[in-house]
Amino acid sequence: MAAGEKQSPLDQFTIKPLSGEPTMLGGFDISFTNSSAAMLATVAAVTLFLVFSMRGRALVPGRWQSCAEICYEIVANMLRDNVGSEGRKYFPFIFTIFMFVLFGNFIGLIPGSFTFTSHVIVTFVMASVIFLGVTAIGFARHGLGYCRMFFPHGAPLWTAVILVPIELVSYLSRPLSLSVRLFANMVVGHVLLKVIAGFVIALGVFGIVPLAFLVGITALEFLVAALQAYIFTILTCIYLHDAIHMH
Amino acid sequence: MPQFDPSSFSSQIFWLAVMFVVLYLLMSKIALPRIAEVLEERQDKIDDDLAKAEKLKTEAEQVLAEYEKAIADARSSAAAALKEASAEMAAEAAKREEAFGAELAAKISEAEGRIATARNEALKNLTAVATEVTAAATDRLIGAKLDEATVRKAVDDAMGDAS
Repeated sequence: MAAGEKQSPLDQFTIKPLSGEPTMLGGFDISFTNSSAAMLATVAAVTLFLVFSMRGRALVPGRWQSCAEICYEIVANMLRDNVGSEGRKYFPFIFTIFMFVLFGNFIGLIPGSFTFTSHVIVTFVMASVIFLGVTAIGFARHGLGYCRMFFPHGAPLWTAVILVPIELVSYLSRPLSLSVRLFANMVVGHVLLKVIAGFVIALGVFGIVPLAFLVGITALEFLVAALQAYIFTILTCIYLHDAIHMH
Repeated sequence: MPQFDPSSFSSQIFWLAVMFVVLYLLMSKIALPRIAEVLEERQDKIDDDLAKAEKLKTEAEQVLAEYEKAIADARSSAAAALKEASAEMAAEAAKREEAFGAELAAKISEAEGRIATARNEALKNLTAVATEVTAAATDRLIGAKLDEATVRKAVDDAMGDAS
């Protein structure tokens, strides 16, 4: 990202292998890229944050320990409020999703780093795994009765012709909406930052105005990063609720 | 957009799967049990302290009840003692009053006796004086020398009339 070169605001999303030769596995390219490095950094950051902040095991928590406990309690409360006690065993999975997306978003905000949640394939795979898992849980708990999800309870039978396709489409579009929401928010935020940063250079002395704007947008992006992680997680909880309790 | 370049999809999916599974294992095996343990410990401690406080409160209430009972007992026994003492004192006062009344009556009757004796004595002396005076008067006035017995008899008669 050297200054002076002509750059597109989309360059920041380019996947670049970190090793020269592409690593292949069974015919697929699995090179360790800047995206993989950001994921590794996320995993390391989450683990170090939680393990080191809880090292004191203090009865009265300090700052770091409070942060770790707050993360734990946010997810625990989300799961309890939306799913209830049956959701208890899915807590590690939901918590991992929350921390992975949250830290992924935050690490992406570090200048020069990479935001892996800004790639639709990443968010789509996560959303699809959630969707398939939730559907499997639904069928495991309710058997074929889970198909009643697609027909609202108490509606006249003849409306099934209209309602079942609608419900089916809305159910099947869940992974799409879940993944596109996170992906689009991240892309738009980062593109906006880059575009405004371009103005700062282009306007010279008057670049101070877009610079001030940039500071505000950056703060907003932090909010969006946390909010989108929260939304992604809470929607997962809601889908889980539907699978466990039906409507 | 680089996001829609399928050539990078396999690598992204592969590393996403690897990293997510690694993070899941780290969270579920290491991080979350630690946090849960600390939170549980704290909750236990809080519950324990609350139970202790509750116990102390019941104990304090019990002590207060005992104290109030002791106060009430003391009050009722004091009232009983007071009643007894005042009854005793009233009985004593009545007894003393009675004794004093009796003594007073005895003294009055004794004094009355003394007065009567003194009166008789005085009367007897008066008779002797009157006899002498009568004898001397008759001697001076009519020159008749009367013997004492006669005079006395006359005086006694006169005084007997008077008294």
